[in-house]
Amino acid sequence: MVQKMNLLSTLSSAFRLACGLVALSAATLSMAEPEAALVIKNHRFEPAEIKVPAGQRVRLTVHNQDTTPEEFESHKLNREKIVPPGAKVAIFIGPLKPGAYEFWGEYNESTAQGTVVAQ
Amino acid sequence: MFGTALIVFRETLEAALFVGIVAAATRGVAGRARWLAGGVIAGVIGALALAAGAEQISAMADGIGQDLVNVSILSVALVMLAWHCIWVSTHGREMSQDAKRLGSSVQEGVRTPGTLVVAVALAVLREGAETVLFVSGLATGAPGGSHDLLMGASLGLLGGAVLGLLIYFGLSRVKPQHLFAVTNVLILLLAAAIASQLARALAQAGLVDIWSGALWDTSAVLRSDSPGGILLHALAGYDARPSGLQLVFYVGTVLVIGLGTRHINRYQQRNAARTGMGSLARAQ
Repeated sequence: MVQKMNLLSTLSSAFRLACGLVALSAATLSMAEPEAALVIKNHRFEPAEIKVPAGQRVRLTVHNQDTTPEEFESHKLNREKIVPPGAKVAIFIGPLKPGAYEFWGEYNESTAQGTVVAQ
Repeated sequence: MFGTALIVFRETLEAALFVGIVAAATRGVAGRARWLAGGVIAGVIGALALAAGAEQISAMADGIGQDLVNVSILSVALVMLAWHCIWVSTHGREMSQDAKRLGSSVQEGVRTPGTLVVAVALAVLREGAETVLFVSGLATGAPGGSHDLLMGASLGLLGGAVLGLLIYFGLSRVKPQHLFAVTNVLILLLAAAIASQLARALAQAGLVDIWSGALWDTSAVLRSDSPGGILLHALAGYDARPSGLQLVFYVGTVLVIGLGTRHINRYQQRNAARTGMGSLARAQ
């Protein structure tokens, strides 16, 4: 019984430690990243060209201001993420080599086009 | 209409191929149709719920809520498929020996593996949620063109279903004695593909920050968005620009399943040898 209690308390403190570590790393991760913001409006990305620093990971936020969902997609960035109407999502990209990386909205490919320029 | 059909087809293709392969892998298993249908229905219900909560989920965890859901779904699906692969390759021989002795077909009397049912439900859930979201978004965006939309979505779904049936009937032509081996390799590749997707989801959510660069670029040979590329992506996790982490996850899954199978096979052989000797001693 005593052993069981010990095990339980060890487990729960381990769990708390793990939670703390996750929270801490999440906090440091989100603080360390440079951010870049995109908006989807009328099935277009604004800005259509967005500059980010090369050689480090970037937190790209995409805010969909349309009433329809969009799927952010880029083969060169190796990313794919649904952005529901009204939602603001985060997509971590890179670290990128200097260059241009095209992305598009899969649900409105004819208009929703853009480029990430890493420099 | 065809634009809608094409997107719905692309979204459903992966789940359709998955269900087709699993249906072929469980041919002759008792109660298979009921279980698979149950898995698909559970997946559809889950997809509707996930799509309904998409906006709230997306905003969770500082904008990575959706990735967290994906990571959970992919992880569970990966464990289920890996477990199934190991189980089939270690029990398959036994099962077919039993079947031969009893004069029944290979899989008769074997229960439908719950692992596969869960994996089917999860595949439908993940792909279905995106489809539901896309179609419902169009429905609210264009109230006038709802007829076109319905036609397009149905056409896309039909396309997916036809592809699933094609792979099912294609696999049905495989001789029964090879069916286990063939479907098991296909399920092994699906597991590896899911592992690769999991690696990408972890990087996209910013949860893992290593080996994120593209290892190579084969998009000049086979583009990811070409029909062949999409098919190979769905079947074997093809990616024209895989990251180092994706490759590690992919190869790691194949190794874990391969080594796990070998380990259990050896253990069983040793056990069999021991009980064999035991009965010999008793006979003397």
